[in-house]
Amino acid sequence: MPFIPHTEADIAAMLKAIGVSKIDNLFDEIPPALRSAALKTIPEGVSEMDVARLMQERAETDGHYLNFLGAGAYEHHIPAAVWQLVTRGEFYSAYTPYQAEASQGTLQLLYEYQTMMASLTGMDVSNASLYDGASALAEAVLMAVRTHKKGHKILMPRTVHPVWRKVVHAIVKNQKIELIEVDYDRKGGHTSIAALDKSVTDDCAALVIPQPNFFGVLEDVDALTDWAHAKGLLAIACVNPISLALLKAPGEWGSKGADVAVGDGQPLGVPLSSGGPYFGFMACKQEFVRQMPGRIIGRTVDKDGKQGFTLTLQAREQHIRRSKATSNICTNQGLLVTAATIHMSLLGPEGLERVAAQCHANTNELLGGITKIDGMQRVFDRPVFHEAVVRVNMPVADLLRAMEGQGILAGYGLTHDYPELGECMLVCATETRTRADFEKYALQLERIISKRRLDPPCAVKVTPSA
Amino acid sequence: MSKTPNDLRYTKSHEWAKKEADGTVAVGITDHAQGLLGDMVFVELPKVGTQVTAGKECGVVESVKAASDVYAPIAGEVIAVNTAVSDTPESVNKDAYGAWMFKLKPSAAGDVDKLLDAKAYEALVASEAH
Repeated sequence: MPFIPHTEADIAAMLKAIGVSKIDNLFDEIPPALRSAALKTIPEGVSEMDVARLMQERAETDGHYLNFLGAGAYEHHIPAAVWQLVTRGEFYSAYTPYQAEASQGTLQLLYEYQTMMASLTGMDVSNASLYDGASALAEAVLMAVRTHKKGHKILMPRTVHPVWRKVVHAIVKNQKIELIEVDYDRKGGHTSIAALDKSVTDDCAALVIPQPNFFGVLEDVDALTDWAHAKGLLAIACVNPISLALLKAPGEWGSKGADVAVGDGQPLGVPLSSGGPYFGFMACKQEFVRQMPGRIIGRTVDKDGKQGFTLTLQAREQHIRRSKATSNICTNQGLLVTAATIHMSLLGPEGLERVAAQCHANTNELLGGITKIDGMQRVFDRPVFHEAVVRVNMPVADLLRAMEGQGILAGYGLTHDYPELGECMLVCATETRTRADFEKYALQLERIISKRRLDPPCAVKVTPSA
Repeated sequence: MSKTPNDLRYTKSHEWAKKEADGTVAVGITDHAQGLLGDMVFVELPKVGTQVTAGKECGVVESVKAASDVYAPIAGEVIAVNTAVSDTPESVNKDAYGAWMFKLKPSAAGDVDKLLDAKAYEALVASEAH
C-alpha cells in the first residue's frame, strides 16, 4: 500500500477542477534552464523487505565494540522507557507543531524541555533546539555578531572540537565573519588568558569557551568569561549537557555569566546511531532573546484563563522577518528533543549528577590503569571531566587498528587535527563501562605495546662478518 | 484618514522627523504606520553615538502582526534615545507623534526640509491605499 494520501484519481480530479492538464504545468514560471532533470544517481525505489535487509546488513558492518571512543558523541545508558514513550503516536513526529489549538501536548513537552535546558545551563531562556551541536555553535556565532553590531571576528580556541570549528567556518565564512584560532597551553591543554591577549583584535565580537574542551580538560571558565566581558566581547559557552550536572552552569561563569550557551544534546537519551541524527541546544540571557534563532515555545492563558502553550516571539523568524530573520532555522529536532525531555525527567537532577560523577570516576579509573603501562602517559596536567589525552610510544593509528581487532574502540586519534602532539589519542569512559572493561582494555593495550618492545618474532640474526 | 501634523516632515518608509529648537531632529513612526502594524510589543532603539546615513536601518518595531525596521530619515549622529518608548511599546499606538524614538544631530542642517511635507505624505498614503 502506498503511504501517499493522493491517488492518481484524486490528482486528476484536482487538476481538472483548476483547468490544468498536468502537474508540471504548475511549475511553468520556473525557466527550463533552472529545472533539474530526473535524478540519475538515485536508484529506483525498492520494497520494504529489501530496504529492511539492506539496512540490517549495513548496521551489522558497524559491529559491536567495547567503546572508549568519545570525541563529541557519547555512549550513555538510555532507560528503555525513553524510546518506548517517544514512539507513541502522540509524539512520533520530528516537526514543530504550528497549530497551538491542535498541538498542546507537544508544545507543553517542548516548553518543559526549554525549562530543563535553561535550568541546566543557568540561562534565562532556551529555544526548542537546533540541528546539532556544531551548527548550534555556528548559530551562536552569528547571533553574537548580530548582537555586538561592531565586531565581525570570533575568538575560536583550538580546544573547541575540530569538526565543529570546520562546520562553523563553512556556515559563517560567506558572511564576512572571521574565526581567529587561539592556541592552547601545551602543559595544561587549556586556553590561557595570555594566548587570548595575543590573539584579540579591535574588531572581535565574541569568545567561544568550551567546557569541558575537546581534550576533556576543564577550562578556567570564570577567568575566560570575565576576560571576554572586560574586552567588550560576548561569551559563548560550548558545553556538554551531562557535565553540567556537576560543573558550574554557564549562566554562573565569572561575574556576569556567559551570554549564550550551546552544545550537542546527544548525551541526553539519543543513541549513537552511527553518527546521527542528534540535536543541538541553545540558551541565552533574556536581553539577547530577540537575536536567538529557532522556535521558542511560551506559556500563556487562553480566553478562559486556562494555561496553554504556543509558539512565541515569531517576529524573529523567517516567515515574518523574511531576509532579516535571525536565521533560516525554523524547525527543530523535535523527536530527539522528546527523547531528551523524557530522559531528563526519568533521571532527574540527582540521576544526571550520578551519571556525570560515574563518568568522571570511570575515566579516572581507566587512566589510572593504562598510564601504569610502560609507554603510555597523560599529556595534560589539568583536571578532566570524562575524557583525556594520552600519548603512546607507537603509531596511534596502528594501535587503534590492533585494538579494534580485539573488539575495542580504544579512542580517537589526534595526529590529524593536532600533529604537534605526536602520537596521541583521546580516551573516554562513560558510566556504561565497568571495571572488567578497564581490565580488558589495559590487558590488550599492554599486549600490543609490549609486542612492539620485543624483537620481531623471526628476527634475522645479524652475525658480525668474519 | 489618519492625522498628519503640518509641523513635521515625513519619509516614504513612514517615519516622521521633527526639527527641535536646538537644531536636533526627533524621529518616530507615523500614525498610519502604527495603524498598519497593530499593537506594538517591542521597540529596539539604536545606540547613542551611532552614525547613520539616510535610509539606514536604525531600529526595529515589532507588533503582534509583524516586525519592521525603522530607517533614519536623514544622515547624522544618534544623540539620544527614548527609553520610555522601548519600556512601553504601546505608547507608539497611543500617540505616534508623541512617541519619538531617537534624536539625530543632522550632518547637514537643511536635510530635514527635503523630506516630504504633510500634504505630500498624505498623498503617498492615499496612493498606497489603492
